[in-house]
Amino acid sequence: MSIKKNGVTRRKVLKGASAGLITAGVAPSIFVKGAWAQDFRNDPKGGDVVLGFNVPQTGPYSDEGADELRAYTLAVKHLNGEGDGGMLNTMQPSNLKGNGILGQKVTYVTGDTQTKSDAARDSARRMIERDGALIITGGSSSGVAVAVQALCQEMGTIFMAGLTHSNDTTGKDKKRYGFRHFFNAYMSGAALAPVLNAEYGSDRRAYHLTADYNWGWTQQESIQNATEALGWETEKNVLTPVGAGDFSQYITPILNSGADVVILNHYGKDMVNSLTQAIQFGLKDRQANGKNIEIVVPLFSRLMAQGAGENIKGILGTANWNWSLQNDGSKAFVKSFGAEYGFPPSMAAHTCYVQTLLYADACERAGTLYPPEVIKALEGHKFDGMGNGATEYRAEDHQCFKDVLVVRGNQNPTSQFDLLEVVQEVPRSQVEYDAKIFGGELGPYEVS
Amino acid sequence: MFNIPKKDAITFVLFAIVVLTMPIWLAPLGASYPGLLQKFAIYALLAVGYNILFGLTGYLSFGHAAFLGVGSYAAVWSFKLLSMNPVLALVFAIFFSGLFALAIGFISLRRSGIYFSILTLAFAQMSYKLAYSVLSPITHGENGLQLTLQDPRAIDMMFIERGSSLPTSSLFGIPMNGYAGFYFCAVILLIGFFIAQKITSSPFGMMLKGIKSNEDRMNYTGFNTKPYMLTAFVISGIYAGVAGGLLSITDPLAGAERMQWTASGELVLMTILGGVGTLVGPVIGAWIIKYFENIFSAFNESVLHNFFAFLPDNFESIVVLISSKFVGEGWHLTLGLMFVLVVVFLPGGIMEGVRRISARFSNRKDPSKGEEVIDPENLPKPDLKKGE
Repeated sequence: MSIKKNGVTRRKVLKGASAGLITAGVAPSIFVKGAWAQDFRNDPKGGDVVLGFNVPQTGPYSDEGADELRAYTLAVKHLNGEGDGGMLNTMQPSNLKGNGILGQKVTYVTGDTQTKSDAARDSARRMIERDGALIITGGSSSGVAVAVQALCQEMGTIFMAGLTHSNDTTGKDKKRYGFRHFFNAYMSGAALAPVLNAEYGSDRRAYHLTADYNWGWTQQESIQNATEALGWETEKNVLTPVGAGDFSQYITPILNSGADVVILNHYGKDMVNSLTQAIQFGLKDRQANGKNIEIVVPLFSRLMAQGAGENIKGILGTANWNWSLQNDGSKAFVKSFGAEYGFPPSMAAHTCYVQTLLYADACERAGTLYPPEVIKALEGHKFDGMGNGATEYRAEDHQCFKDVLVVRGNQNPTSQFDLLEVVQEVPRSQVEYDAKIFGGELGPYEVS
Repeated sequence: MFNIPKKDAITFVLFAIVVLTMPIWLAPLGASYPGLLQKFAIYALLAVGYNILFGLTGYLSFGHAAFLGVGSYAAVWSFKLLSMNPVLALVFAIFFSGLFALAIGFISLRRSGIYFSILTLAFAQMSYKLAYSVLSPITHGENGLQLTLQDPRAIDMMFIERGSSLPTSSLFGIPMNGYAGFYFCAVILLIGFFIAQKITSSPFGMMLKGIKSNEDRMNYTGFNTKPYMLTAFVISGIYAGVAGGLLSITDPLAGAERMQWTASGELVLMTILGGVGTLVGPVIGAWIIKYFENIFSAFNESVLHNFFAFLPDNFESIVVLISSKFVGEGWHLTLGLMFVLVVVFLPGGIMEGVRRISARFSNRKDPSKGEEVIDPENLPKPDLKKGE
């Protein structure tokens, strides 16, 4: 070792000196890099408009994420004037000309949320800080939506939420830079309760199984309030861990509880498992209080119905949109999505597609990409022809208000995609609520 | 206090250069943006701290993510209740993660080997489940703990007016969410690295290595190994707590999934991938995994088409088709393959590869000095001896 001694010290001195030089050289350029304050972050200045698609590509909701990504790429095509234009032709009012956004070509970058808040924020930051994304959009979970929305508020980047159903997203955690087109748990409750009442009668006792996290709680609370207002009683609410897999220990007590309606506040694979097991335990064939026991799944989608197979038949729930709707907007979207991929879109795909178009249209109306102006153009905007009938982006909480679908698992499906039948399109007036009931604050337009 | 062996000093200086120049040398790799740079520094610190436990004593903790989570929550609560000052947040993170590590360590260290691992895993999963649902008033469950406009921020409010937008953590007026945040994390990482070097070369470090090679023998010679183990466990837990605190400082939101077992598992992967028991190895492992997670996962087909555009059309689409399975959502697959290759061919991790290459090079250059380079102390040691 001692032979090396001299060489080592000399080298050490050189290394130390060069380290000092390099850091001295780097430091100023780093502070310059942060100096974007004058105009807004990621101003393309005439170049391509970059959209950031942040969807779960791995993890429990990767099916939804894949479908969202399909919808986004389709939306980008339509915005750039490729393909058949989809909802660009049915949207009213529309300022989109199929020449990109404000005449600038639209491109996109993608990221994987993994349905984890940290991972989602990491990939959103990458798209904003490195790839120059002007907006972030997508996601298939409320936790992620709330987390990314908060990040976007800090960054001054608009966030167009994907699939998120919790009341918190546009309730107590709402943000000036966050917008949600999807409906929420409150609306599910308000839309579903009267239908349940009409189908099953007003003298019912409900037993809730609820996924033990924020979304589950807000949905359970909303459904309980809505059904109790119509005279139902709530027997019990049991919280189940997320991703439990085996729900038998939660289902057996229901049989002797005296309840005659079982409400499963589960989503995704949890819902597929709990519903399948509830049916295997023969809940649907039994009676309580002289009435048939009924099962209700307040939120479900076609992708979940595919997972649940036969078991979904006859089950009532709500959905944001279904491809079987016969209005112009839905038909145009299903047609171009089907032509591109060979199967109909899910409701997650629909909401993401619509969000992208709404953002682009708001930029056209504002005449700029400057986020505060785009936000003002979106707030209070009324539009139609996007598949849900007349819709309004409420200015107070950035929540879209539109008709809500009450759906039922199709008894006689004509194809593998024809799994849900629309029971009723509950009008907007019935699901509307005061923005103040959930609290929260939007925050400022300008962020530094 | 600040004198360390010459070899360590060189390592430290080189390491400092590499860390501080990251914004430059990561630029061609597409990873030079504040968000990822901060993560590189923070997870490196986490891995360095984990190595004090796993690398020196051989005790495989499967629950370090819990301390990471506790640190993050403590830091965010310090922001909410007291001040946006990052130093104060770190103090909170250190205190609570240390306390938590003491409690978990005290119980878990009653067993060794696989039982210890399972105990730590159980505690971490318990903390995760608690944070996710039962403790929601403190952790805000799935939504994550965030700053709000109405937070008390008692100390800050004495000096400044309540603004209309959410505050960011700042040190002497420099906000901690951009490049400055990276340099803050980098400095903490360097301090942490230095302390780890000191521990490794200290008598206490020797004691820990003794425990790794044979705990029973240590006991028979009259040492009570338990206090040493507990100290190592708490130190390493504090490192994780500091890392968690830094995560909150650079991005003030703490989510429960930071505590999930996958997060602990990732940490074990980082350490093994880089090289257990080496100081630099876990850091390299952390960087590789974070790079894969953030950059590799973002390659989509259009990126690949651009990348392979020079190939003839038909051939190109085949190449893109095959390679697309390994990037984007397939990044786990690539990482897994790489992990298998490293474990099979380089049991000492990437650092063993580095050593083999450097040994070969110096042999070839100057065969007369060959013996000197092969340092018996640095030869790959068979790890995980516990339970023999």
